Amino acid sequence: MIAFLIKRLFHALLVMFVISVIAFSIQDNLGDPIQQMVGQSVPESEREVLREELGLNDPFVVQYLRFAGNAAHFDFGYSYIFNEPTTQVIMRHLPATLELVAATTFLIIVLSVPIGVYSAIKPRAWLSRFFMGVSIIGISIPVFLTAIVLIQLFAIGVSWTPFPAGTGWGAWLNDLITTEGGMPAYGRGDPVPVFGTWETNFASLEGLTYLVLPAISLASIMLPLFIRLIRAEMLEVLQSDYVKFARAKGISPRRIYFLHALKNTMLPVITVGGVQIGTLVAYTILTETVFQWPGMGLMFLDAIERSDIPLIVTYLMIVGLIFVITNTLVDLIYGLINPTVKLTGKPA
Amino acid sequence: MTTLTNRPTSRWERFRDSYLLYSFKRDLIAQVSLLVFIVLVAAAVLAPWLAPMDPYDLTQIDILASELPPFWVDGSDPTYLMGTDAQGRDLLSTILYGARVSLIIGFGAVAMQAALGVCFGLLAGYLGGRVDAFLMRLADIQLSFSTLMVAIVVGALFKAIFGGGTFSDYAVPLLVLIIGLAEWPQYARTVRASVLAEKGKEYVDAARVMGLPSRRIMFRHILPNTLSPIFVISTVQVANAIISEAALSFLGLGMPETQPSLGSLIKSGFDYLQSGSWWITLIPGLVLVILVLVINLLGDWLRDVLNPRLYKG
Amino acid sequence: MSLLDVNHLDVRFALRGGDVRALRDVCFSLDRGERLGIVGESGAGKSVAAFSLLNLIAKPGYIAGGSIRFDDQELIGLSDRKLRKVRGHRMSMIFQDPMMTLNPVLTIGEQMLECLKAHRRISSREARSISLNKLQQVQIPSPEARLDQYPHELSGGMRQRVIIAIALLLDPDIIIADEPTTALDVTIQAEIMALLLELCEKHNVGLILITHDLGVVSQVTQRMLVMYAGRVIEQGPTREIINDPQHPYTQGLINALPQMATPGSRLNQIPGSMPSLSNLPSGCAFHPRCTFVERADGSRRQACHDQVPEFVTSGNCQAACHMVAEMIESERIPAEEQD
Repeated sequence: MIAFLIKRLFHALLVMFVISVIAFSIQDNLGDPIQQMVGQSVPESEREVLREELGLNDPFVVQYLRFAGNAAHFDFGYSYIFNEPTTQVIMRHLPATLELVAATTFLIIVLSVPIGVYSAIKPRAWLSRFFMGVSIIGISIPVFLTAIVLIQLFAIGVSWTPFPAGTGWGAWLNDLITTEGGMPAYGRGDPVPVFGTWETNFASLEGLTYLVLPAISLASIMLPLFIRLIRAEMLEVLQSDYVKFARAKGISPRRIYFLHALKNTMLPVITVGGVQIGTLVAYTILTETVFQWPGMGLMFLDAIERSDIPLIVTYLMIVGLIFVITNTLVDLIYGLINPTVKLTGKPA
Repeated sequence: MTTLTNRPTSRWERFRDSYLLYSFKRDLIAQVSLLVFIVLVAAAVLAPWLAPMDPYDLTQIDILASELPPFWVDGSDPTYLMGTDAQGRDLLSTILYGARVSLIIGFGAVAMQAALGVCFGLLAGYLGGRVDAFLMRLADIQLSFSTLMVAIVVGALFKAIFGGGTFSDYAVPLLVLIIGLAEWPQYARTVRASVLAEKGKEYVDAARVMGLPSRRIMFRHILPNTLSPIFVISTVQVANAIISEAALSFLGLGMPETQPSLGSLIKSGFDYLQSGSWWITLIPGLVLVILVLVINLLGDWLRDVLNPRLYKG
Repeated sequence: MSLLDVNHLDVRFALRGGDVRALRDVCFSLDRGERLGIVGESGAGKSVAAFSLLNLIAKPGYIAGGSIRFDDQELIGLSDRKLRKVRGHRMSMIFQDPMMTLNPVLTIGEQMLECLKAHRRISSREARSISLNKLQQVQIPSPEARLDQYPHELSGGMRQRVIIAIALLLDPDIIIADEPTTALDVTIQAEIMALLLELCEKHNVGLILITHDLGVVSQVTQRMLVMYAGRVIEQGPTREIINDPQHPYTQGLINALPQMATPGSRLNQIPGSMPSLSNLPSGCAFHPRCTFVERADGSRRQACHDQVPEFVTSGNCQAACHMVAEMIESERIPAEEQD
């Protein structure tokens, strides 16, 4: 167990090292803190003195080590646009993004497992075919477009249809197509403060309604992927000898599907899931832009538009850290579920 | 008689008798998808001749005719079949030109990824050892960050390095490069997996025993055997690249509004959604979805037919 | 009335190009405590026969007709719920590859206990002690510790012992063993086979042993069936068939054994290979490979090409072959003339 943890930790540090080198190179090449500090009017000679004082003329490695040392204390300097430490800016935006990701992950797990399992158990049922059809359409719709359509349908509403209201079928179709709108689709409303800068949308019903559309949009990109993955893995597992043997033992189908088959299905799904969490965070940039959700993604885009290099670098480091932590956790969970992986580090 | 049976079959004959064509003839979804795809590509390629107006020509744009709805909605102008956007450009023409830009970037980016990914995949799989470990670790890190995130970061960097103006001027090749850099790991992993599978086979040993150089063995002997998985992921990757381009454009890191792709059209229309002009964003959106959907359906069909060893997980 | 009576069993696979008949007209029976061998090349339908007894054939396979009577109960058409009470309880199975048969993510104990609990209302502690007892019977060292281990911690031979223990858990009437030793090391094969034989004898359990190994069949079973292209072509007491095979195919199989060849010369083999089930030859499915289609006098036996042979009885054995039928016929006529 300890050997396994050390190995994972080493891997995580390696990844963080690569990310920090990239982040530092960005800062080193694109950010000019002198410009930021003193403006245009200061003569070149004074700038040079400042540069020397700040150690900006030191060799790359020395500067990197200083950067890494500061990064270890979560000190990445000041944001240009907010004029406060970048970590503070990030901490203010982090809860919104984490809540959005949490709500989305919940939706994905709750929906993908039953749908995936069902369509593997009954691959020829019309409902399975329907799910498969919807999922390939889902994969083909970019997440921001899903968001836009959801806004049109549930926030703005649809009042116009091409069908005559006079006839029976026309009225029926009109009823079907027209929607009221009115769902909140802008920002996160009045989240309830928990402590410090942390505010939550989970504490009130009203807060939750703000989460609905953004979470559905964000889920729409991953859900079809997971449904297809779970279905494919489950179909393969159901062909295996151990499932046939369980049948030959007279075990009930429910136990075969949900214990024997599902446990084996979830192993590869968990691995892929770990990687996909990263994708989910990336897609928050798009969803947050559409819904003006005040999270890290929106902040990051803002930072890019206004070339706030320290904030960009901090975002990259923090998001990298989140990826590394989740991936390590996922590996750990995988190791706990899969008995053939020995957590002692010895090859199985 | 013997000459007749020994006659080498032509490529066409081999294609005609192939399982590929056989299953295509039996699959309605694949047929419809291919038809729609061809129509869309043809419309995009022929945009300068098909489009009623040239959206790049400022003199043709009438700012007074902005935000006109499509023909089936009250208040439309028959000159503009699909209505106009906020700048008064004919939406149909803009979509045709936009699809053109999206397709060029989509195919260009896939060519870029394939070139990078196939080379790295071959190297990693054939040489093994440290080269393999390094390249695959790099691919792992990049994938764990997700291709979209990498594309956004690289895009932001390019924009910062070149400045907004230059970036817009060279947006097409830059986007090809960005998406290519972001998505090469998919190819590299698939190619590596099939190289590893091929490498163990006798014909590769035979080639090595004959003293052929590694480069020749890789490109002439192993590469042809990895083609079917490459072919299958390429279809899916074209769809992905088109979506990536749209996403970047939507975030303002892609095509400028003066030279719109489908993604930047959707973006420019989004600002007018609240004021009721849904068509500026939803019609190009629908075109984008149909384009990506038919490519994905074709990809699904190809994967089922060729059933290659794809990298899983 | 035998314990198990299989009559005219017909199993098909619904494929795109139409149904493929995997089993045709398969009949056999098994008495309590009897051991029956089913022999044939791969693809002859041995495994399909084994799996169809408990209706465990995977789709697109289905039982198209016939009857399987087990202990006065018809199994064909029985609901899955009722069939489940037979599976693992009255009739249990041993699979070919022990590396694939046990679920990798469940402990040995879980996989044994669930089987007991599916058929009996017993406490976990009771189930555990029964499991322990069975593991001791299959001579697994430190059985207590095995219960909490996962399959990958055991060797192939050990796993097959566990599987045999699972098969014996509920003291079944019949064990169906589908090539139980083929996937094992040669040195372990004999051990496992001996263990299986010993346990079946001790508990008076019927055994249906599916194998292509004639040596094993002759050591373990009392009666045997030979299958070819989805049909039974010869059946009878094992010793008689091994010593005096009637059907040319069975003769070929026995002649192909290495111990039947003269040292230094080539091994005997049956020319050609088994036909595909979707494209069977007319008449006797074996006739394209059969050297007896031509009579001793050089004339061809047309029936081999045209008619599916019926079973003819010769001694205690039955064989489906036109040549055998002709020989019996010709022996009988002179005998009648003498009367």
